[in-house]
Amino acid sequence: MKQFLLFVCMLTLVSCSNQDEKRLTKDSISGAGATFPLPFYDVTFKAFTDSTGIQVTYGGIGSGGGIRSLRDQIVDFGATDAFMSDKDMAKMPREVVHIPTCLGAIVMGYNLPGIQDLRLTGQIVADIYLGKITKWNDDLIQQENPGIKLPELNIYPVYRSDGSGTTYVFTDYLSKVSPEFNQKVGCGKSLKWPAGIAAKGNPAIAGLISQTKGTIGYIGSEYAFAVKIPYASLKNKSGLYIKPDNESISAAAAGDIPADTRTMITDSANPQAYPIACFTWLLIYKEQSYNNRSESKARATVDLMYWMISPESQRLTTEVNYSPLPEETLIRARQVLSSVTYNGRPLLKQ
Amino acid sequence: MKDKIFRLLLMLSAALVLFICGGMVYSLVSGSLEAFGHFGFFKFITTAEWNPRPDQEEYGALSFIIGTLMTSFLALLFCIPFSISVALFTGEYFRGSKLSVIVSSVIELLAGIPSIVYGLWGFYALRPLMEQLNLSTQGFGILTASIVLAIMIIPYASSLSSEFISMVPKDLKEGAYSLGATRMEVIRHVILPNSGSGVFASYILALGRALGETMAVTMLIGNTENIPRSLSSTGNSMASIIANQFGESDGLKLSSLIAIGLLLFMITAVINFIGKLVISKFNKV
Repeated sequence: MKQFLLFVCMLTLVSCSNQDEKRLTKDSISGAGATFPLPFYDVTFKAFTDSTGIQVTYGGIGSGGGIRSLRDQIVDFGATDAFMSDKDMAKMPREVVHIPTCLGAIVMGYNLPGIQDLRLTGQIVADIYLGKITKWNDDLIQQENPGIKLPELNIYPVYRSDGSGTTYVFTDYLSKVSPEFNQKVGCGKSLKWPAGIAAKGNPAIAGLISQTKGTIGYIGSEYAFAVKIPYASLKNKSGLYIKPDNESISAAAAGDIPADTRTMITDSANPQAYPIACFTWLLIYKEQSYNNRSESKARATVDLMYWMISPESQRLTTEVNYSPLPEETLIRARQVLSSVTYNGRPLLKQ
Repeated sequence: MKDKIFRLLLMLSAALVLFICGGMVYSLVSGSLEAFGHFGFFKFITTAEWNPRPDQEEYGALSFIIGTLMTSFLALLFCIPFSISVALFTGEYFRGSKLSVIVSSVIELLAGIPSIVYGLWGFYALRPLMEQLNLSTQGFGILTASIVLAIMIIPYASSLSSEFISMVPKDLKEGAYSLGATRMEVIRHVILPNSGSGVFASYILALGRALGETMAVTMLIGNTENIPRSLSSTGNSMASIIANQFGESDGLKLSSLIAIGLLLFMITAVINFIGKLVISKFNKV
């Protein structure tokens, strides 16, 4: 009995000292959402913590989960690959703003032994995923690749079995270039596919492609660049064949974008642009005073957002195989951020 | 005094388990109401359509129910010959010997391997083999998933059945031997009838484990939303569709996924109930 009481006493003491510690440390902020930018967020949040002492925790639970968590107010910020529609925004308890953080792209990885520089068009990719082109030596593919002898091999298109922002961006592009794809499959995070095999997540898609001859699949560029899987050049809107790299991906976002940055940049008209590129965003409430949040916490949240669009953070993007935002987008993002308030007063010092 | 505190602790922990289980059922039911209300319970479990396209959403659980039952029962079928022989090996033939200690600890080690490791092994080792043997075009499918599931549930079935087999009274066995019975006859006529209900219970436990297995199945079943029509065709199980789609879903789709979770809960409960029923009947005979 004595021992039991002693144990209880110790437990209380331990929990008390924990609370003291918490009071002494600086604010910590938490976020959840998209998995696509996770490697970038890991390094840039760590750099932010190193320079400010503010702890940032981030859970890669998927864009949908991130939006749900922000709506339930259990995180300070959400993250998403597909911007919120007006309908989704209306379901949130108060106004939400989007802060773009970096650029990514979707590359067409393939497995054709001995073939390095495959060229494809959006129309061909759409027809492959519709099950209309089934052989690699199909005339349509051969026409785009005059210098290459394509094998008579079945094409196995691979798609993501899990709901994913990657699928959303990919099908957004295919729906733009192929009316038939738009009508039969459409655009969404998970869809009903007429042809192909499914795998869960970028790693499984990449694993499947590298193991099986004749496969083609769409992979997040950050993953494809890291594992060095062969990927195709795509014909863009201007008729040029473009390989995905940092310049061609950033070029897709160049030009005028809406003031709230909510836009898809697939099938860009820029001649230098790779056609399947996308933003990824962080989401915060425009009015930061809610749920008894302290002003210092609100300030920490905005500081983090400001850090994300700073040159230091943007420089980190390429180190982990993402692409930096172009200058016009950064200006827009700063404007969005300066509209964020605490009790009606802007939080950004400038 | 000590006794009273202990009693109170026991009561509290028992109540806590009930409370948690009740809470789970409550949240599953309340989360799935939207889907059942929209499609109707009966239609939901008899439709195989799964179309998440925003303007024409339609969800049904039939193909996943079939996928789950096919993989689990097939895995059970594959695991029976192996686990029975392992159980007889460790529980009867070499009972107490060093060899049986080694075998049973290796088998128990299998239970400790994380399911993602099984999944990766299936993906990188078993799948190419299935492809080479021309059992399926991409190596994915019901059969691949069932084989890996069978290996995963062998330790559950064999270690428990071995316990029950070694618990058969010595007097009975010695009596049979003294009447001139061979080892085979002792196993068939004395050991199995006496430990039958226990062995059966261990298989129900293994089946329950197979029904809910998520990660390894998700990696190997192919993840296509259709009714699997043959052993080599791809499909989706109830656990794997939830694992695949939960992260990015909301509204009606989220509710449908929770409804599938509730159905899986119910199927597991029904199978456990049938298991208990059979055991109690066995014991009466």
